[in-house]
Formats: sequence, structure tokens, C-alpha cells
Amino acid sequence: MSLSGAEYVKQIRSQVDEVDPAEVRELLDEGVVIVDVREQEEWDQGHLPGAVHIPRSYLESRIDGVAPDRDQRVILYCASGQRSALGAHTLSRELGFDRAESMNGGFTLWKDRGYPFDLPRKFTPEQRQRYSRHFLLPEVGQEGQQKLLDAKVLLLGAGGLGSPTALYLAAAGVGTLGIVDDDVVDVSNLQRQIIHTTDRVGMPKGESAKMSIAALNPDVEVRKYALRLDASNIVEVIKDYDVVVDGVDNFPTRYLLNDASVRLRIPVVSAAILGFEGQLSVFAPYDGPCYRCLFRQPPPAELAPSCGANGVLGVLPGTMGLLQATEVIKLVIGHGEPLIGRLLIYDALAATTTELRVRRDPDCPICSRPPETISDEEMGVFPDYEAFCAAAG
Amino acid sequence: MATIRIPPVLRPSVGGEREVNAYGSTVGQVLGALADAHPETRTQLFGQDGQLNRYVNVYLNDEDVRVLQGLQTEVKDADTLVILPAMAGGAP
Repeated sequence: MSLSGAEYVKQIRSQVDEVDPAEVRELLDEGVVIVDVREQEEWDQGHLPGAVHIPRSYLESRIDGVAPDRDQRVILYCASGQRSALGAHTLSRELGFDRAESMNGGFTLWKDRGYPFDLPRKFTPEQRQRYSRHFLLPEVGQEGQQKLLDAKVLLLGAGGLGSPTALYLAAAGVGTLGIVDDDVVDVSNLQRQIIHTTDRVGMPKGESAKMSIAALNPDVEVRKYALRLDASNIVEVIKDYDVVVDGVDNFPTRYLLNDASVRLRIPVVSAAILGFEGQLSVFAPYDGPCYRCLFRQPPPAELAPSCGANGVLGVLPGTMGLLQATEVIKLVIGHGEPLIGRLLIYDALAATTTELRVRRDPDCPICSRPPETISDEEMGVFPDYEAFCAAAG
Repeated sequence: MATIRIPPVLRPSVGGEREVNAYGSTVGQVLGALADAHPETRTQLFGQDGQLNRYVNVYLNDEDVRVLQGLQTEVKDADTLVILPAMAGGAP
């Protein structure tokens, strides 16, 4: 004799390990994978803090993205504990999970007990489509997309590196993009600065970048800073940003940015290019080395060709700028291994990459000290650099 | 014979090569052999005191020789030295 649906569920529940919401509450920050298997509109009404959302119908196909190891403890929940029991049964019996459990009473009981829950951002239908490929990645998902939309990223320069970085960060839905650039678009820029267009030659780069970004993604707010950073304005400009992207073409600004970002504890994703070669690293103040730990002094003029104009393969800033954009997104969503304490060299002609270790310098003139002791007067200061550049013409 | 990776700014001083081989059992000896073969590199690498210039980083494989034994760091034949000067190019 065949079972009724209700009898079947009852039978499955008797075979599945069930946990009480009180126990799940104790496990919220313990690294246990908590999966909400309800439908989208139920998730939108609120969910357990730190839970990941995989609707029951996608559970088998997406579980590996959030729980790759079969010995990981996984707790499923739904509204009342039925769908999650069926899901836990499948994970245990069919996929070989050692500890796949179902939360008894589901989200209904959780809320009745007054336990905390998160209300997710409401995405518009247009946003659901626009970011759908992010939503499908467990490492990004709706939570990561929310972080991206809430993120404030400052780009120093809308030039060779800044152009691709800005476009891809805008496409990814970074909610606020600041752009510091006081230059205007020149036709010689267009070989690599793909955020600008031929009909915008002569237009301020910040304005041109804003137009391209607005056309790409209306979710992004662009803040323009048509100025040159110096010790008197840098703190005011960068202080509200979560991440700064450094693609500037000169040493004084790189040192100035380093010192100010250490003082404000803002991570900097830094790239530099010359000819066919690029360098990339992430400087996260006090978590890893700073720019001065890596390069205590700038080189003299003959070894610092950035003092004057130099050739660059147009696609190279594209490559390096996109590696910067990738590092920014990793920092914002909090996944992956950021390039902190490591320096990547990309040689485009040889098609090779080299990775070097960068260590914190215990004698670093800046980051060996508490941030509040770094004064305005010493930010960006180093010996005789202006004279060197002047000499180089 | 160790391999030395030459950065773009120094390549004109070594005839345009990306990599140069040099003999020596320490970092100082290998870089000294490089400077003997390509004299223009000497002032770019070393100060008047014979020490590495502070604006040049040298890595033995992936580790900064300053956190090893500096110029006295032992070098084996299969090792690669990477010379890394700071670059600031952002292609304005």
C-alpha cells in the first residue's frame, strides 16, 4: 500500500537528525554551514544571520559550492522543518554527508522565539536579472551583491588602469565609485583608456568616465574629484571609502596615498605598469606590509621612468586594471586570498607571472607606528624626489 | 650558474635581455658578476658603500634577501634572483 504525502514526510523526519533552534543559535558563528532551502519570496521576508540561500529544488546541484567536504556539518531549515528534513535526508543518503541535519520547527519557530534574523536587501526585478550570474556564485550570491552595492571604492585616475577597473567595478554593481582625475581626454589616451571615447576628446576625464558608467549601470553613483591629491586634501577625499585603487603615474602620490591610507586603515589595491610589464599588490594596513615596507625609497630619476612619458602596450593596463578590480571585489565580498603580502609581476611579452613575498618591515617609518601618530606634515614626504624628477625633465 | 631576472628599467644596461646568468655562491657575488659583465648596472644596484641601494629590492626566488642574509645569502645554481625596482607607471 502506498504512503500518503504526509506519511512519507513523517517517515523521512524520523530518519533525519533534527536540531532545535536553540542549538542552531549557539552555532551561528561557529563555521557550521546553515542553508535556507525555502523559496525566494520566503527568504526575502527574513532569514537566519549568516545562512546561505539554496532553494530546495537546487539543493543537490549547488550544495558543493557551500559545503565541498562531506564531513562538514550542514544544517538545513525551511519554514516548518519538512522541506529541510527531505533535503537533509537527500544529503545524508544520496550525497554522503556525515552530518546533514534539519532545524526542527523551521524559521517559524525561530521567529516565534524572538531569535535574531536578517532582512535582505530587496533587489528590483531588473537587478535580479543584471546580477543573476553573481547570484549563482555561492561566494558572491545575494549577500555578496548586497556588499558590492553598499561598497564605496575610490579610483585614483581614470586613465589606463582606472578605465577597465572602473568599468568592471561598475558592471559588478559597486554602489559608489569615486574618481580622482583632473586631466582631460586626449586622443593619445584612447589606445588604452577604454572608458573614454573619440567624441569626448577635450572633456574632463571624470565627466567622461561618469557618462560611460551611467550608460553601463544606473545603480552606480559616481563622485568626481577634479583635483590633484596633496597632503592638505587627501584625508578628506579618501576617508569615506572602503577600498582605494591606486593606478597613479608618479611616486609622490603613491607615497602620499600610502601614508594617508595607513593612517585611516584603508586597504589599497595597487598596480604599476611599464612597457610590457606590470606589478600588482594589495596593501592592507596593519594586516600586511605597506608600500613603504616594500619600497622604502623611490628610485632616482634614471631608474624612475615614470617621471616622463614612456611607452606602454595598450592592453597591459587592461590586464592589470582587471586584476585590480578582481582584488577589490574579493576584499568587498570577503572571499578568496587577497594579494596581501605578495607582489605579482606579469610579463606580457614572455607570458609569465612571478610572485614575490612582501613582508612587513618592523622598522617601517609609517606602519610600524600607531596610525594616529602619522601627522599631516610627514605624509608623502621623502628626500629630494621632486629635484630628481625635475632633473630628468 | 644562477639566473638573474632583469626588470624593464635595467634591460637597456644588459643589452635588452630579460634574464642574465651569472656565477657566484652568494647574492653579492652573483650581482657583482652581473656588474662586472654589464658595468652600467653597478651604480644602479650598489651604493658607494658597496651595499644594495635602498630603492632596489633583490629576491632570492621569492624571498627578499634583506630578510635572509643580505648580500651574504647563499645562492645555488638552480636559484633565481629577481631585481625589483619600484615602478610608478599608471599610463596617464
